Amino acid sequence: MATALTRKDFVSDQEVRWCPGCGDYAILAGVQKMMPEFGVAPENVVFISGIGCSSRFPYYMNTYGFHTIHGRAPAFATGLKVSRPELDVWVVTGDGDGLSIGGNHLIHVLRRNVDLKILLFNNRIYGLTKGQYSPTSEVGKVTKSTPLGSVDFPFNPLTVALGAHATFVARTVDVEQKHLGETLKRAHDHRGASFIEILQNCNIFNDGAFNDVTDKGIKAEHQLILEHGKPLIFGKNRDKGIRLNGHRPEVVALGNGVSESDLIVHDETNLALAFMLGNFEAPLPTPIGVFYATSRPTYDAAINKQLAEAKSKQGPGDLRKLLMSGDTWTVD
Amino acid sequence: MAVPPEAAGQAAESRGGSADAPHKRQEKRDRVVIRFAGDSGDGMQLTGMQFTSESALAGNDIATLPDFPAEIRAPAGTLAGVSGFQLNFSSNEIFTAGDEPNVLVAMNPAALKANIDDVPPNGVIIVDREAFTDANLKRAGYSGNPLTDHSLDKFQVIQVDVTKMTSSALHGSGLSNRDVFRTRNMFVLGMLSWLYQRPIESTIKYLDARFKKRPEILEANIKTLKAGYNYGETAELFTSSYEVPPAKINPGLYRNITGNSATALGFVAASVKSGRPLFLGSYPITPASDVLHELSGYKNFPIYTFQAEDEIAGVSSAIGAAFGGAIAITTTSGPGMNLKAEAIGLAVKTELPIVITDIQRAGPSTGMPTKPEQADLLMAIYGRHGEAPLPVVAAATPADCFECAYEAVRIALKYMTPVILLTDGQLANGAEPWLVPDPDQLRDIKVELRTDPEGFLPYIRDEETLSRPWAVPGTKGLEHRIGGLSGENLTGNVSYSPANNELMVRTRARKIAGIAREYPPTEIFGDTGGGDLVILGWGSTYGPIREGVKQLREKGKRVSHIHLRYMNPLPRDLEDKLRQFKKVMIAEMNMGQLLKLVRADYLIDAFGFNKIQGRPFKVSEIVNRANRALEG
Ligand SMILES: Cc1ncc(C[n+]2csc(CCOP(=O)(O)OP(=O)(O)O)c2C)c(N)n1
Ligand code: SF4
Ligand SMILES: [Mg+2]
Repeated sequence: MATALTRKDFVSDQEVRWCPGCGDYAILAGVQKMMPEFGVAPENVVFISGIGCSSRFPYYMNTYGFHTIHGRAPAFATGLKVSRPELDVWVVTGDGDGLSIGGNHLIHVLRRNVDLKILLFNNRIYGLTKGQYSPTSEVGKVTKSTPLGSVDFPFNPLTVALGAHATFVARTVDVEQKHLGETLKRAHDHRGASFIEILQNCNIFNDGAFNDVTDKGIKAEHQLILEHGKPLIFGKNRDKGIRLNGHRPEVVALGNGVSESDLIVHDETNLALAFMLGNFEAPLPTPIGVFYATSRPTYDAAINKQLAEAKSKQGPGDLRKLLMSGDTWTVD
Repeated sequence: MAVPPEAAGQAAESRGGSADAPHKRQEKRDRVVIRFAGDSGDGMQLTGMQFTSESALAGNDIATLPDFPAEIRAPAGTLAGVSGFQLNFSSNEIFTAGDEPNVLVAMNPAALKANIDDVPPNGVIIVDREAFTDANLKRAGYSGNPLTDHSLDKFQVIQVDVTKMTSSALHGSGLSNRDVFRTRNMFVLGMLSWLYQRPIESTIKYLDARFKKRPEILEANIKTLKAGYNYGETAELFTSSYEVPPAKINPGLYRNITGNSATALGFVAASVKSGRPLFLGSYPITPASDVLHELSGYKNFPIYTFQAEDEIAGVSSAIGAAFGGAIAITTTSGPGMNLKAEAIGLAVKTELPIVITDIQRAGPSTGMPTKPEQADLLMAIYGRHGEAPLPVVAAATPADCFECAYEAVRIALKYMTPVILLTDGQLANGAEPWLVPDPDQLRDIKVELRTDPEGFLPYIRDEETLSRPWAVPGTKGLEHRIGGLSGENLTGNVSYSPANNELMVRTRARKIAGIAREYPPTEIFGDTGGGDLVILGWGSTYGPIREGVKQLREKGKRVSHIHLRYMNPLPRDLEDKLRQFKKVMIAEMNMGQLLKLVRADYLIDAFGFNKIQGRPFKVSEIVNRANRALEG
């Protein structure tokens, strides 16, 4: 009789070695907590990562794991998932790993829609190499490699993913355990490449980068929780909303003639809306939740379908026949 | 007995007309080398391939060397756009496509100009006279017309109005001028088929299949082919036709095979024999793409082919598939090898079986993409950071690519290691007859996936091979993590212990070095008890060296040949074998890479013979250099 899985089934015997206080701990805890709910036995789960603090993640999961090379995890995962489609394959990457050295692989795995769960820990810094600016660091950022401030215009992970036609795009926050769990669940339920940007605090090299969405005192005024079919409302007293002014979103106070029916209603299937939300910057709040979810055949399923069809059409491969094909002649 | 190509052209034995060719004399030849040359759009590769098939079916031993421009469509009529295909067919065993053509077919002035230097005096040159227009002559850089200015007097020039005769053969067919023009190559093929008494049925069969959906084009091609054949017989240009009798070769079923095809089939065979699915992750690159194309057609085996976004993703996806239990391969050429280095190092460290195929081309950088070279040897053996040894296997001939691909997979699986398979552009596109192997006779490839959790550790080793278990995801109780960080012995857990690191580096090195235990003894072709000179080679230099050594030995020279398939680790008996010879010459299409290894590993005072022209050695070059070495 199968016993129900527990969190412990997913905790490896390795000592976790991130800096004390690092947001990665919370993400690890959230993932380990959710895994039993997915009902997939640990032996059928694989975590594949690149290089970075975030990419140490697989060592701590009592599943199969592969800590690969910098930026290439999506490619390793593609090879595995295509040839072993029954496995539950996760990719863990960072803002540098996934968007700098591995940017190419990330966009391609998303457009192909390989059925992978991709977690990008965005701390807007290179943690492992001790604090250089990353492709998500803001212009002006002073780091060891940018003493006068960065002049690099940053990427926005969400709009990169949307631009690559990812079929599931979401954002969550390391310390929002409940939201993190729900988002993981949504990603896991999705068939196809699920991309989650997880805002992650690097308390050593970029502390407080996401304070506005994590600080208990102010976060309600800065966090916009997206829910499909619901109007965009936020604020401690849920008294603010997002309205379209022409084609531009703006923050409005509810009341005084402004009602919920004036607000944008979130629609996960609307790519244009997802782009707009992905581009929100202050004074607009930071949306979290599922931006976009659509259904498209997955790459791994499509390839395996071709293989199955070829087999049913031509029969299983016959090596002898293959070797003897083409123009042959016999020498006696 | 091999006949030198120069002599073969003349050593003709005349014979009266036969039933096949009632109108004309027939003469015998031992060996003929033909080079078809034309504009890239003239269909010379196809013509060459079909003539090759016809010759193989006629029972000759054959070797081919296609030579095409890297540009798909260089400006028409220019030297850059000339595409060539050389074919050597013989009634004796042959090893190369021939040093120089006895017959050059030049479809335009540029083709003549690009190839004329290779034609020996008295060689036959067949040209399409009408292609020698002022405009075409100018495009090829001629100031006069070589057909009329006596500059070709030392050759036997045969001028044929190919274009005109093609048009009249297709008169009233309703085809456009362009379509008519494009069947010119069939006229030439027909003409040459008559000249050398080749059967044209196989070409007709090929055309049938190729133009199934375009009956009017099919009919035109066949008509032109036959017109060319009949023209050869009736026209006054040729006084006789030639017969190259079948070669004495081992009995069995044969087919023509290129190196790239053989490589692909070797991988398929290894997959079938091991009972594991095949996964290819690859990014297109000349001259490797055909392996990707071919394997993409065998999905039912099952074979997964993944055209990745770059070479890094190609090899990485393969490693991911290997982690999952597939026979995982990646195929590329030099520029792609550079990109794959980091991932290959990871496969060395994590001890996962993959085969990386490097179809070498002339470098550095983009170099000459369609031309062969052997300058990736040291990169294959050493080209990764850290101590990252892996086995390297190199193919000698197009057909040998099959065995080497198969052997590479076998080693990868047995020793849980990445293996590099080296071929080159010449092997890739060159063809030779291949005695089709019986799948039951292929060496076994045993795969045992670990399933027992009892005593399992990711890096526990087989006592004999030192290989670690292949424990794939989905196996209950074997959940484990691997990665590139230095790992503790047995558990693989991240460890920075200095002594452990050295232990692991040495263990992996010992594992790879141990592979040499199972090699067959190194063969010496020639003086097995030692002699004056041994020529050591590897890869595609096999042909010219073997042929050259045969010729030298026929002249009584004590010259021998050792050919290497296993480049790393080198065979354990190699040093002793080399030491039996007074002199050791290493012939390579690079600046002396195997030479460095032999000198460094054995302190043997070998010397190099090197060619870096994107062209194989000529037999005569090997012979001449060996003769100099014997004198000196
Ligand atoms: C090929 C290669 N280049 C550079 C590095 C060094 N390196 C390791 S991690 C890293 C950046 C990681 O940043 P990110 O992905 O944001 O991960 P974090 O540490 O912030 O979680 C770099 C540059 C490497 N390991 N490999
Ligand atoms: S450096 Fe930053 S990201 Fe890395 S472990 Fe420490 S706190 Fe976490
Ligand atoms: Mg980072």
